[in-house]
Amino acid sequence: MNILVCVKRVPAPGARINITEDGQQVDTAFLGFTVSPHEECAVEAAVQLVEKHGGEVTVLTLGDVLAEEQLRTAASVGAVKAVLVPIEGMDWDAQRTASAISSAITALETANGTFDLILFGNESADSCGYQVGVRAAVKLGRPMVNGAKGIELADGVATIRRESDAGQEIYKLPLPACIGVREGINLPRYPTMKGRLASKKVEIQRTEISAESGGLQMIQLQRPPERVSNTQILGTGPEAASAVVDLLVELGVFK
Amino acid sequence: MSVLVVVEHDRGTMTPASLGALTAGRNLAKQINTTLEAVTVGANADALSDAISAYGATTVHQAHHAALVDFGPEAWGESVAQVVRKSSPQVVIGCGTERGHEVIAQVAARLDLPASMNCIEFDASFDGVQPLRMTRARWGGSLLENAQLDASIKLVTLANHTVEPVEAPTPTNIAVINVELDASVMHSFVRDRVERVAGVTLATAPVVVSGGRGVGSAEAFGPLEELAGLLGGIVGCSRAVTNNGWRNHTDQVGQTGTRIAPDIYIACGISGAIQHWVGAMASKNILAINTDREANIVTKAGYAVIGDLHKVVPAISEEIRRRRGL
Amino acid sequence: MSQFPTRAKCVVIGAGIVGNCLVGHLSKLGWTDMVQIDKGPLPNPGGSTGHASNFIFPTDHNKEMALLTLASQKQYIELGMNNTCGGIEVARTPERLEEFNRRMTSAKSWGIDAKLLTPAEIKELVPFINEKILLGGFYTPSVSVVDSLQTGTLMRESAVAAGNLQVFANTEVLDLEVENGTIKAVVTNKGRIEAEFVVVACGVWSPRIAAMAGANIPLTPAVHQMADVGPIDILQQSNKELAYPIIRDMDTFCYERQSSGSMEVGSYAHRAIFMHPDDIPSNEASALSPTELPLTQDDFDPQMEQAIDLMEMLGDAEIKYAINGLLSLTPDAMPVLGETVEVRNLWSAAAVWIKEGPGIAQLVAEWMTYGYPHLCDPHSSDISRFYAHEKTDHHIYARCDEHFNKTYGIVHPREQWGTQRNMRRSPFFPREEAAGATFFDARGWERPQWFASNAKLMDKFKGQCESRPSEWDARWWSPITNAEHLQMRESVGMVDLTAFNEFDFTGPGTMAFLQYMCVNNVDVPVGRSVYTPLLTQGGGFRGDLTIMRLGANHFRVITGAFDGGRDKYWFTKYMPQDGSVTFTDMSSALCTIGVWGPNAEKTMAKATQNINAEGKLVPFDVSQANFPYGSVREVLIDGVPATMFRISYVGENGWEIYTKMEHGLRLWDSIAEAGKEFEIIPVGMGVYAVTGRIEKGYRLMGAELESEYNPMEAGLNRAKVKSADFIGKAEYMKARDEKPAAIMCTLEMIDNTSKSGIKRFPTGGNEPILTKDGQRIVDTKGRVSRVTTAGAAPSLGKYLLLAYLTPEHAVEGNELRVMYMNEMYPVRVARVGSQPLFDPTDARMKS
Repeated sequence: MNILVCVKRVPAPGARINITEDGQQVDTAFLGFTVSPHEECAVEAAVQLVEKHGGEVTVLTLGDVLAEEQLRTAASVGAVKAVLVPIEGMDWDAQRTASAISSAITALETANGTFDLILFGNESADSCGYQVGVRAAVKLGRPMVNGAKGIELADGVATIRRESDAGQEIYKLPLPACIGVREGINLPRYPTMKGRLASKKVEIQRTEISAESGGLQMIQLQRPPERVSNTQILGTGPEAASAVVDLLVELGVFK
Repeated sequence: MSVLVVVEHDRGTMTPASLGALTAGRNLAKQINTTLEAVTVGANADALSDAISAYGATTVHQAHHAALVDFGPEAWGESVAQVVRKSSPQVVIGCGTERGHEVIAQVAARLDLPASMNCIEFDASFDGVQPLRMTRARWGGSLLENAQLDASIKLVTLANHTVEPVEAPTPTNIAVINVELDASVMHSFVRDRVERVAGVTLATAPVVVSGGRGVGSAEAFGPLEELAGLLGGIVGCSRAVTNNGWRNHTDQVGQTGTRIAPDIYIACGISGAIQHWVGAMASKNILAINTDREANIVTKAGYAVIGDLHKVVPAISEEIRRRRGL
Repeated sequence: MSQFPTRAKCVVIGAGIVGNCLVGHLSKLGWTDMVQIDKGPLPNPGGSTGHASNFIFPTDHNKEMALLTLASQKQYIELGMNNTCGGIEVARTPERLEEFNRRMTSAKSWGIDAKLLTPAEIKELVPFINEKILLGGFYTPSVSVVDSLQTGTLMRESAVAAGNLQVFANTEVLDLEVENGTIKAVVTNKGRIEAEFVVVACGVWSPRIAAMAGANIPLTPAVHQMADVGPIDILQQSNKELAYPIIRDMDTFCYERQSSGSMEVGSYAHRAIFMHPDDIPSNEASALSPTELPLTQDDFDPQMEQAIDLMEMLGDAEIKYAINGLLSLTPDAMPVLGETVEVRNLWSAAAVWIKEGPGIAQLVAEWMTYGYPHLCDPHSSDISRFYAHEKTDHHIYARCDEHFNKTYGIVHPREQWGTQRNMRRSPFFPREEAAGATFFDARGWERPQWFASNAKLMDKFKGQCESRPSEWDARWWSPITNAEHLQMRESVGMVDLTAFNEFDFTGPGTMAFLQYMCVNNVDVPVGRSVYTPLLTQGGGFRGDLTIMRLGANHFRVITGAFDGGRDKYWFTKYMPQDGSVTFTDMSSALCTIGVWGPNAEKTMAKATQNINAEGKLVPFDVSQANFPYGSVREVLIDGVPATMFRISYVGENGWEIYTKMEHGLRLWDSIAEAGKEFEIIPVGMGVYAVTGRIEKGYRLMGAELESEYNPMEAGLNRAKVKSADFIGKAEYMKARDEKPAAIMCTLEMIDNTSKSGIKRFPTGGNEPILTKDGQRIVDTKGRVSRVTTAGAAPSLGKYLLLAYLTPEHAVEGNELRVMYMNEMYPVRVARVGSQPLFDPTDARMKS
């Protein structure tokens, strides 16, 4: 069972996300970076599948050289191979990213054989494009389902559970397949110290890919209008109960 | 030439998000002086035409194929792509939902067009021809992006809850299109459904009702258990609670406990020490119930009730029971 | 919530461990009408307190820090916030084992129960440790973990409950207003408060807040990395927050501290990483909190390997939380406390760690209430200690970078700084360098400690220049010092004293002002001088200096390099503001050479002239008859205008000679030339500050003289008390009527042979003086007998120690013990009181 997980390096911001003066990027001066949460869960899902079925996990990212940190993070929790598709400067748009990733995957598969499963995050935490995985799957001609909250493998078929209002939907994709994973599918493990130290020894393969820009162009980031107070006080004492239940209804947790 | 809205439905039942998308589509169509059209996938959605008509679509494209019974992102995407190819809309609007994003992504991939998801506002000067400028949500809405979509056909999804549905009935033409679907898109239909299962864990519960030092004793967690039970959630606690032996360590949320990401975290009598916050910060929403308006957790929470948890929590449970008629 | 106030007696900015404990203590001491603000929420506003590891290892070689830590631990215990778990410092190297002997000695001094453990004994207490890589351990059963947030909350709430304090969280300081050099108001995002006193207790943000008032709090936020790893079975199974002692892996600069089911691993081994206070993110923009920044993993990796070597189970535990935590570092690793020198009534309580927080809060509260603290002398934490060049970012970063990795280091009492050297040089520097001087740093001044050019004298004084077989005893030391000492006593030597501070006071109010500042009568004839202590309001030592009367209304205060900043602050704080006294700091204008020895008079007689009444240049009569001890004369030395002051700190006839900096080199050369026939040599501070001084039993501010002790105890009281009032007079008069609780004594080592058969030489780092059966000697005021200065007395052929003893032990001939490196050595009381052992009648200085 060979599984590829595509991950993205994203900042780990606080409650308030600051923007650089030119409005082009999140100000990451004092922020750490992480694997985008859905993809963190995808790595965990892949590692668990390999622990159960054997095989190995490869992790791939498209990003600048600093994204090696996220490849090593994935390596520290069980990925054994890591591939960087290096880019310089600003993030690539979704079309360009998907095009480059699918080309890189094709190159990897030509050399090492087909991945049984390719996992993506449902959407990236920062740009929220909801499309890179789908586009790559279509380019690769693989079946694809997003929103996976459960993956099981048996007899060359991936059974995918996805949440809906009423419960869960079950999808079954023949391997090789692509799946978009949602946070909550599992609780990703943290790296162990040994895992971290071992990850430093993982060789990172670089695959240079060029790709054309797509048609969606970011012009500028902006912060949504500030609320006067960040915390909405629903009331004081037991009299607030009604407002609380209104909130629960609004959030869809009161059914 | 039109604005085409992809109507989301589940085996013939339209979702509320579709109404917002239709309303937005109608507004945009009016702006660029064209008509609103809609597409439904599968014959079991044909009956939706009347409802769609109420929102001002002049044409409903009904994509038919024997396989189009239940939802399948690839088949839906291919079907909509074929409708788009045929009807040549200027703009295609999908719903800002899990299915909506997925279908538009499939359409985009199949037509090799760019797509802009979770839009909240379109440029008022857009005339239908030039690149479409819009504002879309990033970072789960914490940041906005001004973006430009440069394509012959503009594919977007409308962020949910951004446009209030408003009816504007109009006569509607029905255009049935028998789409051609090959084997490659047939894998991803919904094959089965499972009703929501009972029994949640701290890590996966949609609602976590958590207590801190302010709860005061093991027995005083009773009302929290009750509230969690009413909401299909589970009880968590802070480290002070496990240190005092009031609850088991498995219930602990935080740096040395479990990291959770429920839809709502209800923090009762928890000051919000950072070690706790680390475990709770990924929650989609946080409601703090605390006597101190300036407590850490109150300033970090999206919502707060100032008051004694021993009075507030039972009152919430009571209100829930009242609304359910219990 | 109450209305935001418009005025208050005192505003405390900051609600971390220091601010919270400070308002609690101020309230106890009777302060009312206080307001406390913090820009963050409560109980954890997001500063360093919120992420501290919160453990206390009480043993410290530094007395001030040890006393503050013990006082803090006591307060944590009283509040029920102290969880005792014990702690073991472990050694991987022989050097560290030897350091543990030194720690045993310091533990003994401060009355801390401690013992050395074998690797097997460590394993018994900590079953998951790899004892095979360890050589031994230093075990302190009283090591504890405290709840600093809850302690702060309790202290703060005690002040609120007493009705003395209002607290406003989420209140950011925008500006501090100053009027006539005095703090006026705090401007916040919630409003403006006028306040008589304002305290900056803002931790890593302190420099930023102080700067709003134009004041300087020299510290930098710096990273301390820590990670929480777990769960770990054996820790979980303990079902306790702390079931095992905390381990400090001293040689890797790491610690491992249980935290319920997981282990906190912290490091002081990584490169120093600094941040500017202005750059610290806000609470809102921080992923965790402003002082919990993302871990820079590469810096931490080597520590993880070492941690796994020590506890293999850590390798398989998950890293659940890891940060670059911010804490405060200062250029000399001590806190920054007291009223700022720039702004009256603006106080600093900064650069404080959890272990000493409550004690320091008590100390600052006392300081604000009484004029000077009672808990202990804050000599080395006093904000006024810094010179201008020490308050720059340049200096702060350089020094903090140098000492950060010494947090768990083995630091010698005489250890010298490697960075920021050559900041201040005397005019004599080229000659000193040519003579092979080894320079020691004195607050930026390069001062020769000894001269290689004098090494040849060791043959001359063979047998009187001890060799020190222990590398530790010989570190930052040279036997040449003894040779210089003996040559000076035999003939003449010259000493560079340019690091002295000279403060000139002039104007009609000067006499009255200085009388108020000084114990001894400064109303001496023009051309005479007075030695005097300065006292605290509590009657303890605040300063120790000499004053020359240069004119009817012109006095010059001479004080040392290590006290210049503190003394300048103390004088200018109390100086009349009506213009009747003018203060001029002459320290950078004047250089000083000390010339001493039996041939000093002959040397200076050759070079010294003056202009007589007829306007002619004539030789100046430097004899004691014309120029007695303690007097001051303006002269020409080889044409250089100079001020000669007949005085000595080494017990020899001679002078301190002052001239302008630009004349300095010429003066040096002239004296060297005049002394050539007497084989004059340059003499280093090893003689001036140690051997020469200790033979004469001269006390030093900051060593023997501290605010805990009074002139009666130090043996520096005069027979009569002047009629004029002075600071501390009431307490001084009281002390004169009482039997002193301790008396400064000179002790000689009877036998300094160690168990391993080599001669040892205590460094004078607070080694305890014990009874013959090894008991500590503690006086009725709770002060322990310990070595304040140690050094060779080459002219007496002895090794001497200075220490306060209780009256029953302060008996000449009484035999006691000194502990050094965890061994006991016999010592004898050689002198009680201030009479010198060498030349007891001071005949040499006055003949």
